[in-house]
Amino acid sequence: MLADYGYIGLLLVVAIFFAVTTLLLPFFLSFPSRLVIYFRRFTQYLETHYPFLVRFIPPLPKFPRFMQVVPYNPNPVKSSTFECGMETIGTAWVRFNFRYYFYALVFIALDVLVVFLYPWAVELRGLGLFGLIAALVFIFIIVIGYIYAWRKKVLEWK
Amino acid sequence: MIGLDIAFWILAVVGVIAALAVVLLGDVFRAALSLVLCFLTVAGIYITLSADFLAAVQILIYVGAISVLIILAIMLTRDVQRGSPSNRLRLPAFLVAILFFGGVAYALLNTTWQVSSTPPLEPTTPAIARLLFSEGGFILPVEIAPILLLAAIIGAIVLVREK
Amino acid sequence: MVGLEHYLILSAVLFSIGLYGALAKRNAIVILMSIELMLNAVNIAMVAFSRYIVPLLLTGQVFVIFIMVVAAAEVAVGLAIIIAIYRHRETIDATKIDLMKW
Repeated sequence: MLADYGYIGLLLVVAIFFAVTTLLLPFFLSFPSRLVIYFRRFTQYLETHYPFLVRFIPPLPKFPRFMQVVPYNPNPVKSSTFECGMETIGTAWVRFNFRYYFYALVFIALDVLVVFLYPWAVELRGLGLFGLIAALVFIFIIVIGYIYAWRKKVLEWK
Repeated sequence: MIGLDIAFWILAVVGVIAALAVVLLGDVFRAALSLVLCFLTVAGIYITLSADFLAAVQILIYVGAISVLIILAIMLTRDVQRGSPSNRLRLPAFLVAILFFGGVAYALLNTTWQVSSTPPLEPTTPAIARLLFSEGGFILPVEIAPILLLAAIIGAIVLVREK
Repeated sequence: MVGLEHYLILSAVLFSIGLYGALAKRNAIVILMSIELMLNAVNIAMVAFSRYIVPLLLTGQVFVIFIMVVAAAEVAVGLAIIIAIYRHRETIDATKIDLMKW
């Protein structure tokens, strides 16, 4: 069925394969070990808060070795944002430099440009010279804003 | 047709819940993310209305550009910890919104719309292109729109740039 | 069977939610987000009218494209104003920006 869509279908197959192998498969393969850890946490919680209940919990069944294909042993260093390199400092809610806003502005201008150029490109032959001149005027006006941003040096990182 | 109806109800319910989350959530960042969800459901509503080009434009402009600007502004202003509290006008604002909705709903349910039974035009992109760029169409608004955008960009740069 | 009224009611609901947010919120960015909600509601009504009343004309859809462009420009300028106010006064609380209020 996907072959009907040519290269896009092939890309979809590759994307699904990539997602399955890198994201889903490790998660589900480590799921039995995860279960063991959750069960251990649960029994520890019961032991600390309701010690009299412990005798009613059945002992943890021995999971066979082959069930734990990918072991799941989290620790604070492993689950930090960057495992190697500098240690992270503070929270993520720092104030960003407002220079980023100019890039977003130029992006929004080019985005609107695309919105108008796309239907023009679809109907290129039918619109002829008039449409071409209209589109060129359109692009010219947007590019003025881009050149203004360029000349005022807001796109440079000082 | 029944599939379109189911799609409309799912999209409408998710969109209204996301819109309520925008105005009711205390965390500004989460409100912005649920605003993105609301934009996406509006794009789906356009698809159920067989406006395929508009759905793409909605995702391109609203989900792609406007939400980027809003999230960037939230990060630039560092007011995330303060949340989005209501002001003293919460109850009057609620009453105004309810009254407005009641009035509009009463008006539009008591109007007899002359609904046409013609099937909609598909695909819409070439027809919209002919409307936008041909001589008898909307060529003047199309050329004024980038001037407005140019003014907006220059104004924003002048406002934000340091002296 | 979903008809024109359903879309219009959905549009009215979204517009009312946006109206409440724009009137009752303090954070200027949240007010701007509510205004975006209201613009989206109007767009839904436009496309619904265009689909059900004049299905072959597409004028409503062209108008929606222009509304979106205007919304993009409005958000760019509005957020620039908010950022400028924040850099001068360290707040974006709309009730505290009252320098020109008597």
